[in-house]
Amino acid sequence: MRTIKYAFKQAFTQVFRNRTMSIASIFSITAMLLILGLFFILAVNVGLATENAKNKFDTLQIYLLDTTSEESAQEMIQSLSTVDGVSEAWYFSKESAMEEFRVRWGDQAYLLDTLAKNPLPNSIKVTLSDLSKADAVIEVAKAFPGVEDVPNSQDFIDQILKITNGIQTGAMAVIVFLVIVSVVVVSNTIKLTVLAREREISIMKYVGATNWFIRGPFLVEGMLIGCFSALAAVGLVMAVYAKIVELFGQQALLLLSTSLVPANFLTTHLTGVFLPLGISIGALGSIISMRRFLDT
Amino acid sequence: MIEFTDVTKKYGENIGLEHANIKIKDGDFVFLVGPSGAGKSTFIKLILREIKADSGTIFIDGMEVTKMSNRMVPQLRRTCGMVFQDFRLLPKKTVFENVAFAMEIVKFSQRTIRRQVPHILSMVGISSKADKYPHELSAGEQQRVAIARAVINNPKVLIADEPTGNLDPDTAWEIMKLLEQINRRGTTIVMVTHAKDIVDRMNKRVVTIEKGHIVGDVREGAYINENY
Repeated sequence: MRTIKYAFKQAFTQVFRNRTMSIASIFSITAMLLILGLFFILAVNVGLATENAKNKFDTLQIYLLDTTSEESAQEMIQSLSTVDGVSEAWYFSKESAMEEFRVRWGDQAYLLDTLAKNPLPNSIKVTLSDLSKADAVIEVAKAFPGVEDVPNSQDFIDQILKITNGIQTGAMAVIVFLVIVSVVVVSNTIKLTVLAREREISIMKYVGATNWFIRGPFLVEGMLIGCFSALAAVGLVMAVYAKIVELFGQQALLLLSTSLVPANFLTTHLTGVFLPLGISIGALGSIISMRRFLDT
Repeated sequence: MIEFTDVTKKYGENIGLEHANIKIKDGDFVFLVGPSGAGKSTFIKLILREIKADSGTIFIDGMEVTKMSNRMVPQLRRTCGMVFQDFRLLPKKTVFENVAFAMEIVKFSQRTIRRQVPHILSMVGISSKADKYPHELSAGEQQRVAIARAVINNPKVLIADEPTGNLDPDTAWEIMKLLEQINRRGTTIVMVTHAKDIVDRMNKRVVTIEKGHIVGDVREGAYINENY
C-alpha cells in the first residue's frame, strides 16, 4: 500500500518536473491514437456494412413480367416453398416496392412523384435458409414461365467480402504498427526520466529496494502519459467523427444503403478500447526503458 | 559470516577472481588491499550479487548467493550496507532525507523514520546538519551521511569501497574511528583501500588480492607490498 502511494506521488512529481517531455510524448501518442481511432472507426463501419450486405443478400428477388398474374405468382410461391434451401417466399407488389423506395429516400422522396407510372416490376421475394443454395434456387426460379429475371448476387457478395476483408486487414496492420511506434515513443520519454534518476536508482538497488519498488514510479508515469493521451484522442476522434456523420451520414445511407455507426455509441466503445490501450502502451514503454537498469 | 569457497569469476579471457577461498566471521574488520584491477571490485560485486560467479559457492549471512534467485537479491543487499569513495548522496535531498530514503525503501513507517534518523545522525556526529543539502557539507561530513545511510537499517555487513579516497588524512582518520565504532557494535566491516598508513595504523585483518588470487591473509596485519 505504502509502495503504491509512493509510486503515485513520485510519478506525478516526475510528469510535472519533465512537463515539456511529458507533453511532447502525450502529443505524439495522442496523434498515433487519433489515426488509430479513425482506422478503428473505419473498420467498425466496414464491418457493419458487410453484416448488412450479407443480411440483404440472403433474400432473392424474382422479378416477374407485368403480364404475369398474381394467381400464377401464388402457384410459383407454393412450389418454391418446397425447394431445398428456401425458408420463406412471398409476393411483393410493385406498389410495395415503390413504398419501400419512398421510405428509404425520406426527404428526397418527392423526386419519385415526377414518375409518370411505376417502373418497378412485381416480384417474389425468397429468403434463403442457406446462402450456398442460392444458385440452385435461382435455377429453379428461372425455369418458371412469366419470370423476367433473377439477379444472382453471389459473385457480388464474394467481391464485397473480399474488399471488406482487405480493408479490415489493412486497418489492423496500421493499428499494430501505430501501437508499436507509440510504445517506442513512451519508452524514450521514460528513459529520459530514468537517466535523470540513474544515481537514485543505483542507490536504491544498493539499499535493497525490490525491482518493483524501483519500477513502480516509472510504471505509473508511463501509465499516466498513456491515460492522458487516450482521453485526448477519444475526444478528438469523436469530434472528427461526429462531423463526418453530420456531413456524410445521409449520403452514406443513400449510397451504401447502410447507416454510419452513431457517434455517441462509438464514444463508449472507443473509450473502452483506448483507455486500456493507452495505459498498456505507457506501461509497456516504461518497462522496456527500465530493463537495462534492473538487470540484477 | 562471509564465506567464499573455491570461487572463480572470469570476464572472457580475463581473470576477475580465481579459486578464491576466504572466511570472514561476524564482527570482523577486514581490509581488502591489492593493486588496481587485482579483483577487489570483483570480490565486492560477487558479495552483492551484481555479478554471478562462474563456479564455487558464496555464503553471506546464511544465504547462498551463488544459488540465489533474482527475487532474493534485494534481501541480500539489505544485509549489506555500502559506502563509496564518491559518497553517492542524492543532491536534491537534505541530509535527513538522504538517510530516511534508505528506510523508506525498506518500507519503514514515517513514525519509525522520524525516530530513527536523528538517532543515527547523532551517532555519526552530524546532528546539526540534518537540514543541509550535501553540497553545503564538507567531504568528511558527506561521508558521515553516507555511512549513516548505510547502517541505518542495521546491516550485518558494511562494505566500504575506498571510503577515505577523497578525504584528507585527518578527516580520513576520523572516518576510520567511526567505522571502528560501528564495528564494535557488531557490524562486520569489509573495507577496500589503498591507504597504507591507515591499514598499518588500524592493525586489523588484511586480505591481499593480486591478479585474481588471494595472496595474503594476515590477522592484525599491515600493508605487505609497498608498491601497491
